[in-house]
Amino acid sequence: MDWGALQTILGGVNKHSTSIGKIWLTVLFIFRIMILVVAAERVWGDEQDDFICNTLQPGCKNVCYDHFFPISHIRLWALQLIFVSTPALLVAMHVAYRRHEKKRQFRKGDQKCEYKDIEEIRRQRFRIEGSLWWTYTSSIFCRLVFEAVFMYAFYFMYDGFRMPRLMKCDAWPCPNIVDCFVSRPTEKTVFTIFMIAVSSICILLNVAELCYLLTKFFLRRSKKAGNAKHHPNHENKEETKQNEMNELISDSCQNPVIGFSSS
Amino acid sequence: MNWAGLYTVLSGVNRHSTAIGRIWLSVIFIFRIMVLVVAAESVWGDEKSAFTCNTQQPGCNSVCYDHFFPISHIRLWALQLILVTTPALLVAMHVAYQQHQEKKLLVLTGHGDPKHMEEVKKHKMRISGSLWWTYVCSVVFRLLFEAVFMYIFYMLYPGYQMVRLVKCEAYPCPNIVDCFISRPTEKTIFTVFMLVTSSICIVLNMAELVYLVVRACARRGQHNSNPSSGKGSFYGHKLSSEYKQNEINQLLTEQDGSLKDMLRRNPSLQEKGDRCSAC
Repeated sequence: MDWGALQTILGGVNKHSTSIGKIWLTVLFIFRIMILVVAAERVWGDEQDDFICNTLQPGCKNVCYDHFFPISHIRLWALQLIFVSTPALLVAMHVAYRRHEKKRQFRKGDQKCEYKDIEEIRRQRFRIEGSLWWTYTSSIFCRLVFEAVFMYAFYFMYDGFRMPRLMKCDAWPCPNIVDCFVSRPTEKTVFTIFMIAVSSICILLNVAELCYLLTKFFLRRSKKAGNAKHHPNHENKEETKQNEMNELISDSCQNPVIGFSSS
Repeated sequence: MNWAGLYTVLSGVNRHSTAIGRIWLSVIFIFRIMVLVVAAESVWGDEKSAFTCNTQQPGCNSVCYDHFFPISHIRLWALQLILVTTPALLVAMHVAYQQHQEKKLLVLTGHGDPKHMEEVKKHKMRISGSLWWTYVCSVVFRLLFEAVFMYIFYMLYPGYQMVRLVKCEAYPCPNIVDCFISRPTEKTIFTVFMLVTSSICIVLNMAELVYLVVRACARRGQHNSNPSSGKGSFYGHKLSSEYKQNEINQLLTEQDGSLKDMLRRNPSLQEKGDRCSAC
């Protein structure tokens, strides 16, 4: 179970995302996960072995390293990426649940069911409406919160995003204030800034996606209100079908499916 | 065989689980196994090489490490995850057995064509009857293993916190020697993280157990109040597990005696049956 498996799991979610969501997923996999695996892990690979303190006192190096690096950048990024990508699974579960309901209808031989076979249900892409809209919006909101929390944790733990060359340590058993030298500080600073920049881009993409979804929601609502106002007796063809379907479903099944698109 | 292999094996079980069971499986794979593989293993990677004791005495380092870390956290977690995920295989075996029975029945009733066989393989089993008991047992075993490992962890490493310094006086160390552990804070963070996810999994398992028991009682209450309609509704519902199970059992008992004769007379039927048990 590694990043490849996560990519497989999340690749399925891609189908039901908005365009911005697809861009976000691409940025996540190529500019964050891939960079972490092929580059950053090598840079931080010798972080403890090459952390040198100017003392022969056994244990001083261990203690100073632990004092200055409570949790390594690499592990923080790995946790951040895992937490940020998992809200998308909420959407995947919701889509799977809808598919399951449609398959149940299809198997019951519902006349109104428009699918020719199970394969079509499996391939169908759901529109982000109704309860799926709420799930999707919540997942984006959770992503934003996790990104912000991890960036703050980073800033808090490492006092800014720069890796210094030299740290002065006087934790026991170091005999006095000892100079400790960090391995590859400039390279680490470069990668830290890169990961922070990409993280900010992802935050912007999430905010844009949230705005897009909200705009779409309000536009749809005002369109419906406009239609109802100007044509009170005229029901939208799609809405008539939707109402009929909901009635039939509530008669035969227990769970009415809302937001079903016929296209 | 590695974690990916286990993932493949258990993904198949996912189909026949409850919704809570699927959430549990996702939490196990993403927040425990994945975190173990991509993060925790590198934190504990240098645990022995960077374990430093304040002595030049050869052997003291090794002895002290062995004294304080009888089994590494990483190995304990790996064992815990393997033992906790394998009861799900009981369910998989039971489902495979039930599918085999259904296929046998289809062959006996003359519906042995590939389309029906595929339908049996694809259809999701309802968790009722004997499958319910197997499922509940697997959830109970999971709970037990989680609890046992958490207790072992607590016994071996009291307080779950990794200290920076341990004092060791095992032979051949000449006196009480200070030994320093590598990355104690990072290890504590990950230990707490794994503990929290383990507790979440225990809560999910308990919720699943309660859900299954409540569902079974509700179903039983429904049957008691409507004994006739219960069976009536099953007639139209081809894939109902319990009714089908009764039918299968009846037919098999009736046919059992004549089955052997039939199979002896028709070897081609036996071949088909054997092929089906292999699929």
